[in-house]
Amino acid sequence: MVTTKFTSEDIWQMLAEVKDPEIPLVTIVGMGIVRDVVITSENIEVIITPTYSGCPASKEIRDGIDQKLRENSIENFVINSVLSPPWTSDWIDEETKQKLKESGIAPPHKVPTNELLSLFGDDRIVHCPYCESKKTKKTSEFGSTLCKSLHFCDGCHQPFEHFKCI
Amino acid sequence: MKLEDLDISAKEALFEYLLFLGDSNLVLGHRLSEWCGHGPMLEEDIALANLALDCVGQSANFLKLAGEIEGKDRNEDHLAYLRDAIDFRNATITELPRGDFGFTIMRQFLVATYLYIIFKELRNSSFDDLKSIAQKSIKEVKYHIRHSSEWVLRLGDGTEESHKRIQKSLNELWRYTNELFVQMPQDQVLIEKNIIFDMDSSKKQWLEIIEQVLKEATLITPESNEYLYHNGREGKHTEYLGHMLAEMQTLPRSHPGAVW
Repeated sequence: MVTTKFTSEDIWQMLAEVKDPEIPLVTIVGMGIVRDVVITSENIEVIITPTYSGCPASKEIRDGIDQKLRENSIENFVINSVLSPPWTSDWIDEETKQKLKESGIAPPHKVPTNELLSLFGDDRIVHCPYCESKKTKKTSEFGSTLCKSLHFCDGCHQPFEHFKCI
Repeated sequence: MKLEDLDISAKEALFEYLLFLGDSNLVLGHRLSEWCGHGPMLEEDIALANLALDCVGQSANFLKLAGEIEGKDRNEDHLAYLRDAIDFRNATITELPRGDFGFTIMRQFLVATYLYIIFKELRNSSFDDLKSIAQKSIKEVKYHIRHSSEWVLRLGDGTEESHKRIQKSLNELWRYTNELFVQMPQDQVLIEKNIIFDMDSSKKQWLEIIEQVLKEATLITPESNEYLYHNGREGKHTEYLGHMLAEMQTLPRSHPGAVW
């Protein structure tokens, strides 16, 4: 019954300190990766969801949670990963979007509801995170990680990344 | 519907079907990964490696579920690394050598569009875990279609040389596409339970998207009577798969139980 001294808010607060291993200036809570915290008399269950099926950071994220809970003397916990409902970039909170922008990553658009539109060409303008210019072009659908695409700004002549909307 | 709701025949059929999806993605992913460090330019090198990651990640989800359904204590790594070619159920088109960049891109376009159509239907599967993987994977496969179709347009409607080469790739690949829509006898059990869906209308939907892009790319859709009879789902493969697996599986085979 050691675990009961923590409320789920306490756990959420601890998890909010766990950084995203691929974009360390944002946290796994801000990214919408943590879906739920369930406290029972048996243990604490942390439910997470992967951003992409092939996200190579999945293990790092688990290790980060593991470490954070143990730092707080919590031993009796499980981390479960669920696929449903699938992660969407709409779950990234406003504060995190702002942080992404400050670090030169244009935040994602809202996910389009029109299925066909999302299949062929999402032509929405991506604003340059540095100079706000609308004169930008996509140079590649894939950037340094699965979740980002590459763009170039004709305003300030700088390449930048855009967090893809999925 | 969950694992405990399946009878033995449904379990066997679903295991086979999940191997088909898992193996196809794994083999395709491995072929894509062969481009790492060899891409025609840096952006494309990165893009192909990213596509590979998605495919391998999706494969891991399918194979993990396959292992659970089989109930013989085999996990996704076990299924990926410790089976021989004859036990693989991937579609033949995925195992063909990567060819030139146009060949790889055309294959990605044809297969990603197929997976998109399949996932779209499996989003409504009565089997919860399959439904979840399909809902997740469809978001990713859309990017694959978008990326590969843009290149099909560029190469098809590009220079004389690029047009000639990508048309040749299309003609070669086309012969392996009918196989994607061939149903296995055991699929019937799953179709009756709404776990998977009849593929009758799938080919039409697939063709619609494919033809739309090919036309815009000034490419000619090959005649439909040039299909090869080949079915990876029966464990019948080209000689290429064995060679690929020899390389892919060498580490876990020579160092059993190795971990990072």
